[in-house]
Amino acid sequence: MLDLSLNHFELLGLPVAYQVDAEQLAERYHELQRRLHPDRFAGASERERRLSVQASTRINEAYQTLGDPLRRAQYLLGLLTGEDSAGAGTSSDAAFLMEQMELREALAAARHRADPLAEVDSVLDRLAGQSVGLIAALDERFAGADRQDLEQAAELVRKLQFVTKCRAEAERLAAELDDPAAF
Amino acid sequence: MALLQLAEPGQSAAPHQHRLAAGIDLGTTNSLVATVRSGRAETLPDEQGRHLLPSVVRYLEDGAIAVGEGAKAAAADDPLNSIASVKRLIGRGIGEIAALGSRLPYEFVAVESAVPRIRTRRGEVSPVEVSAEILRVLARRAEAALGGELAGVVITVPAYFDEPQRQATKDAARLAGLKVFRLLSEPTAAAVAYGLDQGAEGLHAVYDLGGGTFDISILRLRRGVFEVLASGGDSALGGDDFDRALARWIMTLAGIEDDADHRVLRRLMRDACAAKEQLSAVERVPLRIERGDGTIWESELTRATFESLIDPLIARTLAGCRRALRDAGVRAAEVADVVLVGGATRVPLVRRRVAELFAGEPLAGIDPERVVAIGAALQADLLAGNRPADEMLLLDVIPLSLGVETMGGLVERIIPRNSVIPAARAQEFTTFKDGQTAMAIHVLQGERDLVSDCRSLARFDLRGIPPMVAGAARIRILFEVDADGLLNVTATETRTGVRAEVSVKPSYGLTDGEIETMLRDSLAHAGEDLAARRLREEQVEARRSVEALRAALARDGEALLSAGERARLEAALTEVGRIAAGADAEAIRSAVAGLEQTCGFYVERRMNRAIHDAMAGRRVEDFE
Repeated sequence: MLDLSLNHFELLGLPVAYQVDAEQLAERYHELQRRLHPDRFAGASERERRLSVQASTRINEAYQTLGDPLRRAQYLLGLLTGEDSAGAGTSSDAAFLMEQMELREALAAARHRADPLAEVDSVLDRLAGQSVGLIAALDERFAGADRQDLEQAAELVRKLQFVTKCRAEAERLAAELDDPAAF
Repeated sequence: MALLQLAEPGQSAAPHQHRLAAGIDLGTTNSLVATVRSGRAETLPDEQGRHLLPSVVRYLEDGAIAVGEGAKAAAADDPLNSIASVKRLIGRGIGEIAALGSRLPYEFVAVESAVPRIRTRRGEVSPVEVSAEILRVLARRAEAALGGELAGVVITVPAYFDEPQRQATKDAARLAGLKVFRLLSEPTAAAVAYGLDQGAEGLHAVYDLGGGTFDISILRLRRGVFEVLASGGDSALGGDDFDRALARWIMTLAGIEDDADHRVLRRLMRDACAAKEQLSAVERVPLRIERGDGTIWESELTRATFESLIDPLIARTLAGCRRALRDAGVRAAEVADVVLVGGATRVPLVRRRVAELFAGEPLAGIDPERVVAIGAALQADLLAGNRPADEMLLLDVIPLSLGVETMGGLVERIIPRNSVIPAARAQEFTTFKDGQTAMAIHVLQGERDLVSDCRSLARFDLRGIPPMVAGAARIRILFEVDADGLLNVTATETRTGVRAEVSVKPSYGLTDGEIETMLRDSLAHAGEDLAARRLREEQVEARRSVEALRAALARDGEALLSAGERARLEAALTEVGRIAAGADAEAIRSAVAGLEQTCGFYVERRMNRAIHDAMAGRRVEDFE
């Protein structure tokens, strides 16, 4: 087996922190793939190709996890608390949930509006704004990283998960409205 | 077995013999082959100086097979034995082909297997076999030009090709006796052709409208790394649909019915295509169409009318572009350049619409019909080891999500679309009945929630689960996608280790047995002996393995191995050399497999060192 006991941050040579420098992440990711991607082993034996696919897969996983604000938060939370399920479940913030409900209703009604795409776009804008806010808050909580900070981070992760899911649905609806024939 | 080419960046691997490689653009309408000679990638012409090979295969009365211009010219008069646009069929089932809606002038044979077969005078042929004929002709062309046997090829596929379509393309190559270094997305290949020439950095879009497929890819180019951020498209939308829209318009006006003679329809399609091509240069063309009863319908077609017919089709491609931009998290304005690929991008309205969307004139400096083959040739040259391996790297994504069926006919996505490949992801499921001992696993690809709206890739069973109460079993389903976009699925009950595995050889693929039979048939047809060929292949493989291991030992055997370990490997090498000199293909095969086994620990040490070196390399950088 390959020696892949490193965590995602270690593998990519980044400090274990929520804030990640996108440039640095891409650079290090490319450097690793330059050496280990299966294309480097096009003429190699089955065994080598298998190992290279394994290594390359692992690097892709690390890169995509750290490159995505939600997945990065979930992963870091798991790493810091030692619990896989940290940040799972539903937020208990009533005001937040109400707002999400409203946005979902707006999406559901969008189809019947005069300009459905504009309606979806405005929902997407609001969701994007919420994401930015949650990510900034996560930055702060992870910077503290005491027990209380982590509990708050877990709550923020739950919210970000909600927002991310809603965004995916809105984007899908936008794509469908744009090209009904593809759906 | 070319052991790790662990050259340092900027330094080429150990000097070696130049290996012959080619890039093949296996297109719906036309195919091309390109190769790198004296540092330049160029497409190769046939003896008459023609670069494009029409993707038409005709089965002649004397048993011969014609591919290209000759087959295309005869297609209108011999439609049932002349197979065109086979790329539209490859990797699809009969039901799906019917659902494509385009009426195809072939006779399909209803068979047990879900793979469609076309009835010709040669007998029944599958799309994989027809594609293999095209590949054979192109490979022969390359070998004639290069003066030797190809070590391997890169074959391009639409970025939006799903798993079975990729698998079927690879099967066709295998049938044609070609080693596939990699399946490469067409837009990525085009980006390579442009990127390496111009050294451009930043975000790029590749808009690829071929004969039968549409692709859009958003890429980030950074110091020789081409990273696909998102790709999208439609594997059943292309320039042929422009012809079809036009043909339909003519049929309505000329009073030609849907059930007209195959010949009439073929000719009509040919005329429609010719009119389309002329309209790229002129404003109006005369039309002269022969009806089934021999009477003639005459009229005129203006560019404006033609554009009104195709605008809805172009609009669909633009929606695909917007979706890819959203997936990539990029705004159209951030895209530095748009590259045009595919013959259909010669249509002025296509260029205009693309320019409007991306607010800038698209690039078409390299012939849009050749650019994909050129990019593929550059990649093939690199993978053959003829250039420093760190000169460029292509990081691709899967175009469609992969998942499994769950309760209620719903799809649970396991690997989402636009994940970088190779990729692996596991998910746990459990039993829903007390004492359940088997679980049916249904693998799907697509973006929709309902199983019935996604493409079924494969079904398999995990059996032998020990009886437990509902919900107690832990079934881990692992999806692994390789760099070609091909999927392998395994299911394991983690408490007991019961395991089931399937390489997705699915619903629409050919089995290994079928490929073997086809290979034997085609070799017999070409007067070649399967056994002799096997032996030659095994000998080549054995020689390659021995040379690679020797080169690796010379480079780092001293550092990574003890004297005893090294002596063991040397002995194994000698043994393989001895067996390879004999004439027993099976013995050679198992000797090479044995060698791999023996040096497995060494391969792993080298791989781990590569990881550590890569990490150490950047630590040094950090201190600078």
